[in-house]
Amino acid sequence: MPAKAGDKQRQGQSGPSGGKPAPPKPAKPAYKRRDEDVSTEAVEVVDEAGNILVKPPDQLELTEAELKEEITRVLTANNPQAPQNIIRYSFKDGLYKPISHVDQMAIHFSLNGNLIPKDSDEGRRQSIKLSTAAEKAPVETSATAPEEAAIKDEERTEDTQAAGEGKAEESGTAEAAEAADAEEPPPPAVKERKLANQFNFIDRPSWTPKYPVRDRACQSEPTPCKTLSDDINQWVIHDAYVEELRKREESKEKEKPKAQSDEINKISKAARIVERMVNQNTFDGIAQDFKYFEDESDEFRDQKGTLLPLWKFCYKGTRRLAVTAISWNPKYKDLFAVGYGSYNFMNQGKGMLLLYTMKNPSFPEYIFRTESGIMCLDFHNDYPYLVAVGFYDGNVAIYNLKKATSQPSYKSNANSGKHTEPVWQVKWQKDDMDNNLNFFSVSSDGRIVSWTLVKNELVHTDIIKLSVEGTTMQGSEELQLQTLGCGTSFDFHKKIDYLFLVGTEDGKIYKCSKCYSSQFLDVFEAHNMAVDSVSWNPYHSKVFISCSSDWTVKIWDHTIRTPMFVFDLNSAVGDVAWSPYSSTVFAAVTTDGKAHVFDLNVNKYEALCTQLVVNKMKSRITHIQFNPVYPVVVIGGERGFVVTLKLSPNLRKMPKEKKGQEVKKGPEVEIPKLDKLLNLVREPENKTEE
Amino acid sequence: MADTGEGKKEESDYKRLHSFPLIRHTDMPEEMRVEAMELCVTACEKYATNNESAAKMIKEMMDKKFGSSWHVVIGEAFGFEITHEVKNLLYMFFGGSLAVCVWKCS
Repeated sequence: MPAKAGDKQRQGQSGPSGGKPAPPKPAKPAYKRRDEDVSTEAVEVVDEAGNILVKPPDQLELTEAELKEEITRVLTANNPQAPQNIIRYSFKDGLYKPISHVDQMAIHFSLNGNLIPKDSDEGRRQSIKLSTAAEKAPVETSATAPEEAAIKDEERTEDTQAAGEGKAEESGTAEAAEAADAEEPPPPAVKERKLANQFNFIDRPSWTPKYPVRDRACQSEPTPCKTLSDDINQWVIHDAYVEELRKREESKEKEKPKAQSDEINKISKAARIVERMVNQNTFDGIAQDFKYFEDESDEFRDQKGTLLPLWKFCYKGTRRLAVTAISWNPKYKDLFAVGYGSYNFMNQGKGMLLLYTMKNPSFPEYIFRTESGIMCLDFHNDYPYLVAVGFYDGNVAIYNLKKATSQPSYKSNANSGKHTEPVWQVKWQKDDMDNNLNFFSVSSDGRIVSWTLVKNELVHTDIIKLSVEGTTMQGSEELQLQTLGCGTSFDFHKKIDYLFLVGTEDGKIYKCSKCYSSQFLDVFEAHNMAVDSVSWNPYHSKVFISCSSDWTVKIWDHTIRTPMFVFDLNSAVGDVAWSPYSSTVFAAVTTDGKAHVFDLNVNKYEALCTQLVVNKMKSRITHIQFNPVYPVVVIGGERGFVVTLKLSPNLRKMPKEKKGQEVKKGPEVEIPKLDKLLNLVREPENKTEE
Repeated sequence: MADTGEGKKEESDYKRLHSFPLIRHTDMPEEMRVEAMELCVTACEKYATNNESAAKMIKEMMDKKFGSSWHVVIGEAFGFEITHEVKNLLYMFFGGSLAVCVWKCS
């Protein structure tokens, strides 16, 4: 309405001075109604103030009463366009319900503001920023700020007359700040001090590398189990005990009869006797000869004698083996042991040890087979069932005849110090101080070793090493080389225990003592070739005999370096042996198959008997041994045969018995007998004592 | 009277004769068996009147020597069905009327 508009203008002019505009009341209806009472035609009316009012033609005409009527109009904040009767379905109640509260707010304009409270962190921060940036353009901001504030105020008062806000100043400054912010360029980046507090922190996460995991599981096997079920009562226990007792008694009974398991074994003893009887019957002639025959033709033979062949012992296993050792048993005078082996270096085979008795010439009493050829053997004087044996491979062994095994009871081996060369001779010694059996052995490796049986083991001790030139140390200072001589035979003195002789391969004979291991007592340049046998005289304590492959047999006095007697036998001499009954009788065998028997008492230069023992010229005789009791010699040869021969009376001459004296005279007779002989040979100055 | 006297004498004789430890069944190795047997004899002789104490003693000693866990039954008449670890069972008689069964099973 133009009139109303004019009123408003008037009030607007008086606004700045008044300050608060009064709410425009429709309180001046007087003018207006009057204006409107007029007819529809536009009639100009002048009102009180002198203004010219124009009445529109279609103005409502009202009576004066109506014109004076006060109509109250109320302004509410309700949104006239908001719906007033919204009905909504309520799922909770399950029926349509009117919504009580309808949203009356109509948003005309929204703007996301960026006002920050001054006291907040960000506000403070920004104010600091501003203060530092204000150094650059402080004037402009201060100048523009109040101007804009003034302009803003004016605009705002005009616009918000009805609103009447009381916080003009505050909002003004806020707006001013906002304007200043908006208009000013953003201040340059300033380094400000960081305020640290519990809300102002920086997260810095980091992640260690994650190691992959692997599952490993293991399960042990369950322990093996078994089930057992049983039921016991008193009678079960009783039965068990009875059964057990019965079993025990039975086993006891079984133990008693053990020996006679074999039928033959039951009559073994009887069988043996019968066998011997048969043999005796078979070889009856020989047996008779052995016992009773005395060759009467000896009287005509001018002191020469003969050897009467008696039994021949052969065993089929020994055909290819040579007899390498013979020894009579000290206790059983008819039992002798023969060792078989081979002298042939190239053809070494197994060996055998047979024990024959003269009562049974057809089969040996004991048979032992050995791996290596036997080279020597010896019976123990006190224990006639122990035989010491030396082998070609250097071992020594002890056989126990009482035991039924075919293996030696004790045997040396490479660990226990066997010889590295064939063992040429073994001899039992007296028991040592601990009553242990011991024996000596001599071998081509130059060692003389004493073997002691300690606690079922053979323990060896080197007694002496044979070295060339009679001394053991040889060679340069650093090298202690010992060229060792090869011992081929030895013999221990019957009376003087420590004294023994060793014959070597190069023909020397060393006189040694058990006490001295590095020095010899004496050296005899005996032969030109190997000394095959050396033997002390059983009666005379100074005399010994040696034989060699250089065809000679020599008799020595150990105090004199030269031999007493030398005998040349025209063939290599295999063995020589003193007779047990006379100190002047000895026998020798040569490789041409002959046996020679000498009696120095009768003939100093020639053999009393030279007899071909072996038929075949090829095979040689290797050993000879006198029987300690009977006038019998055993001769063994290369082809494995063994013969016994009886000595004819001429060979067994005893000194004539004087009447009134004892029949048999032992050493006392023999020694002077030999001495006499020796004295003839020796030079008169060297008289020896007895 | 004489009869009963003789009967008693026989009984005591029988007891004496049958009192040695007699192994009924075992699969233990030699030394374990010997040890276990001696242990049982000792325990039974010590606790002649009380089987439980004897069993307790045997079980504890066996546990100590050969590891857990052992089980022991001593009695004069019983039936049983047991599962035992192989080579760990001893079943023997002793004293003419006692039976001892010792086995290991964890």
